Amino acid sequence: MASGKEIRTQITSIKSTQKITSAMEMVAASKMRKAQERMQKGKPYSKRIKAVVGHLANSTPEYRHMFMEEREIKRVGYIVVSTDRGLCGGLNVNLFKQAIASMKNYSENNIDVDLCLVGAKGAAFFNSFGGNVVAAVRDLGEDPAVVDLIGSIKVMLDAYEEGTIDRLYLVNNEFVNTMTQQPEVEQLLPLDCSDDESMKHHWDYIYEPDAKDLLDGLLLRYIEALVYQAVVENGACEQAARMIAMKSATDNAGDLIDDLQLVYNKARQAAITQELSEIVSGAAAIS
Amino acid sequence: MASIQCDIVSAEESIFSGSVEMIIAAGLLGDLGISAGHSPLLTGLKPGPVRVISEGEEEQVFYVSGGFLEVQPNAITVLADTAVRAEDLDEAAAVEAQKRAEQDVVNQSGEIDYSRAAAELAAAVAQLRTIQQIKSKLGK
Repeated sequence: MASGKEIRTQITSIKSTQKITSAMEMVAASKMRKAQERMQKGKPYSKRIKAVVGHLANSTPEYRHMFMEEREIKRVGYIVVSTDRGLCGGLNVNLFKQAIASMKNYSENNIDVDLCLVGAKGAAFFNSFGGNVVAAVRDLGEDPAVVDLIGSIKVMLDAYEEGTIDRLYLVNNEFVNTMTQQPEVEQLLPLDCSDDESMKHHWDYIYEPDAKDLLDGLLLRYIEALVYQAVVENGACEQAARMIAMKSATDNAGDLIDDLQLVYNKARQAAITQELSEIVSGAAAIS
Repeated sequence: MASIQCDIVSAEESIFSGSVEMIIAAGLLGDLGISAGHSPLLTGLKPGPVRVISEGEEEQVFYVSGGFLEVQPNAITVLADTAVRAEDLDEAAAVEAQKRAEQDVVNQSGEIDYSRAAAELAAAVAQLRTIQQIKSKLGK
């Protein structure tokens, strides 16, 4: 059995770890609130632009934008949104698992995969896992700006326009609630036509100015809005996951301390009993 | 008069949502007014005011710095790059920005990007236009 002093130092060290994790829990809780607000604020725009693009995909336009055309798949692109920092439980690992499962369908058919990585954790993971990384962005901070993302999105969109990649996916965590984050793989390009039966008659928009310029601008904005929303939502997921992970770490540290305290008390009691019996037997020997 | 559902959203937040009689916006090919029953339309927006007229209520003016306008038989959607309630616009700041932008356009030294300066000027003029519309509305 470990001596009393050893156990005491162990308890002290666990206690200081517990202090750190509980502080991190509180920090994550307050950051989560802000991140959630940010997510909620961006939602109306991405919802509306999704609806508009959905209408567009259902119309019968005079001009078919290349983002709407299905092509034979020779190469695919993935935008993977991960966090910059760790200590957030299985958030990133679950996301990467999902991404890899989706990529496997293609790699089994000898279709190569290009990656665009948002967040430091994704870069670190795919560095060791392997993968053709064409763009990466990291250190976005807690309040990411669209400007920081445009560059790497453009790399993927240019690749799509040139025909290097024939399909583009977005992988990020979906914020279900504080306890649950769901990894999600979504097809960005070509546009997924929403099946709305009421829209299935022949119609087209009046375009001002011409359809080509307008759609170029609108679809670019659409992709940017979706990726931005994904990054913001992933931020909220990160804070929620960190809060939960730190809470369970704090709880576990508490359990450990309780157990060690019991062992320590027993050891101390044993030492006292032993000392007492030594004194008593010593006194008995003298008299 | 028939009314139509209208939503104005910017990347940051939802600005307006409600039933309206007509909206007037600055499209890329000129100002356009849209009321219920308009055929489907998709247009780009210039920086400028979007006026919302709804029945029994005071006219509301919003400033957008560009974006897109979609008209469906049952709904109008304005996807603004940034939108602010025109009441929040600061006239002095807009005048100041216009002056600065005009100077930039005139003194085209090497380091100033002409197209950026022109865009700034357009934005400042559009903001002023919005403010003036509100003033004339209040004046009458």
